[in-house]
Amino acid sequence: MEAFLHQVFSGLANGAIYASLALALVMIYQSTHHINFAQGEMAMFSTYLAWAMINAGIPYWMAFALTVIASFFIGLTIERVIVRRVADAPVLTLVVVFIALLVILNSITGWIFTYTIKVFPSPFPEQPLFGPYVSSHEAGVVGVSLIVLLLLFLFFRFTSLGLAMRATAENAVSSRLSGIRVGWMLALGWGLAASIGAIAGMMVAPIVYLDPNMMSGILLYGIAAALMGGIDNPFGAVVGGLIVGVLENLMGAYVVGTELKLTVALMLIIGVLIFKPTGLFGRSFVTRV
Amino acid sequence: MALLEVTGLTGGYGVTDVLHDVSFSVEQGGITTILGANGAGKTSVLRALCGMLRVSGGTIQFASDKLNGRATESIVRLGIGHVPDGRGTFLNLTTEENLRVGAMTRKDKAGISEDFKRVYGYFPRLQERRHQQAGTLSGGEQQMLAISRALMLRPRLLLLDEPSFGLAPLVVQDIFRIMRTINDEQKVAILLVEQNASLALELADSAYLLETGRVVMSGPARELREAESVRRSYLGY
Ligand SMILES: Nc1ncnc2c1ncn2[C@@H]1O[C@H](COP(=O)(O)OP(=O)(O)OP(=O)(O)O)[C@@H](O)[C@H]1O
Ligand SMILES: [Mg+2]
Repeated sequence: MEAFLHQVFSGLANGAIYASLALALVMIYQSTHHINFAQGEMAMFSTYLAWAMINAGIPYWMAFALTVIASFFIGLTIERVIVRRVADAPVLTLVVVFIALLVILNSITGWIFTYTIKVFPSPFPEQPLFGPYVSSHEAGVVGVSLIVLLLLFLFFRFTSLGLAMRATAENAVSSRLSGIRVGWMLALGWGLAASIGAIAGMMVAPIVYLDPNMMSGILLYGIAAALMGGIDNPFGAVVGGLIVGVLENLMGAYVVGTELKLTVALMLIIGVLIFKPTGLFGRSFVTRV
Repeated sequence: MALLEVTGLTGGYGVTDVLHDVSFSVEQGGITTILGANGAGKTSVLRALCGMLRVSGGTIQFASDKLNGRATESIVRLGIGHVPDGRGTFLNLTTEENLRVGAMTRKDKAGISEDFKRVYGYFPRLQERRHQQAGTLSGGEQQMLAISRALMLRPRLLLLDEPSFGLAPLVVQDIFRIMRTINDEQKVAILLVEQNASLALELADSAYLLETGRVVMSGPARELREAESVRRSYLGY
């Protein structure tokens, strides 16, 4: 029983990370119908930036905030400089661009920071604060993710800029006809997605350790989560993330063993695409992957 | 001087031109209508004005600004409200959010809430449904919403693409009556594109007849109403 509870709680913590990543994917998908395969590597690169700052003696939360801001501008720049130029290209071109971006970010990071695995600090205390089944870091991850979600919700629901971004995601032509600078809204979406990804990266790095390949598996879980919730539904992405996190842990512990955990994510992706392409809460069919 | 002066407009999609040497104007505070059958190029004219069509020749002059080559967003910000073909409703947003999007480029809070009152006055049904998701509004209500959304911009010129399309005659009359009011009260100039020629000619002061991308007849609306060929092809009597 205790082991089971522990698996559930740590599944929720992983799930919160998948949810954040899924949310970043959904944010870009909603406005452009692109799945950004480089989302994970962008997060990984951001996490290295945080590591470099912390190593240089900058206090954790300061480095955290600076990383979130820097990532925002990196995401914005990637959209303005690369993605918008191929925005209307055939799907295959886009997939190639995103995968190229993934490989480039991966090798640049390896080149700058080497491929040696590094320890990344957790800002939360060592000793468990919430009983024996859940570590402080796991609880902290869930807390941080909830705060991110709440802030995003408030932003999209109550600010003018948030409304403009929602309008752009739904109908770019009508948004232009209302005078909204659609190009900038898309770039902002990329910036926000990069920031969210950065937070996910910094939260997961203490668990999986820091190395240039740390996000590849996690991105798969994020995609599974996004598809499961409905690729165009932010709420679904979060629920999907939590489900995938818990499912992954329980399957790993009791059914397939830890070596096959990643297979669970792939099975979920394939299963959803075949049996319920709209996901649990999705509105429209997935036509471009 | 006219508010909108279009001269020799030629343009189209891809490599094919669908508009050929189209010239027309809209006076300050006036109402101009462009009539034409399906595929005549009416929607394309409005798209060209808003920078959404490839324009290969001619000039589009709006007050002191030349619109050729400008981005849609910038054109709209000069004060051109476009009620597009198909209404362009933001289906997942509420009625009120749709209107807020319409006012997105404005900073004058007081003016915006005044305009909310004004459009809710024109269309009380929108006020009743202001928290309703716009995708669940009826076709007529969505048309009212599209017009209101464009008005929230406080435009100097309102472009309307077949506002009567697919609506019951009573709703159409309502909408035309309100266009008249908008024009009278707010001095907004209107460029109305229509297939419903009798209503459009009643509302407008000048009219143009478009056939396969060319202006084949133009003049005061009154005169076109009397013209034999217009009567036979467009008014049906
Ligand atoms: N997106 C497009 N790509 C290519 N050709 C188009 C496109 N839209 C319209 N056309 C062509 O341009 C011509 C004019 O079309 P347009 O939509 O302007 O006509 P319209 O007068 O608005 O017709 P309707 O009354 O049916 O709305 C038509 O021959 C049409 O086939
Ligand atoms: Mg049309």
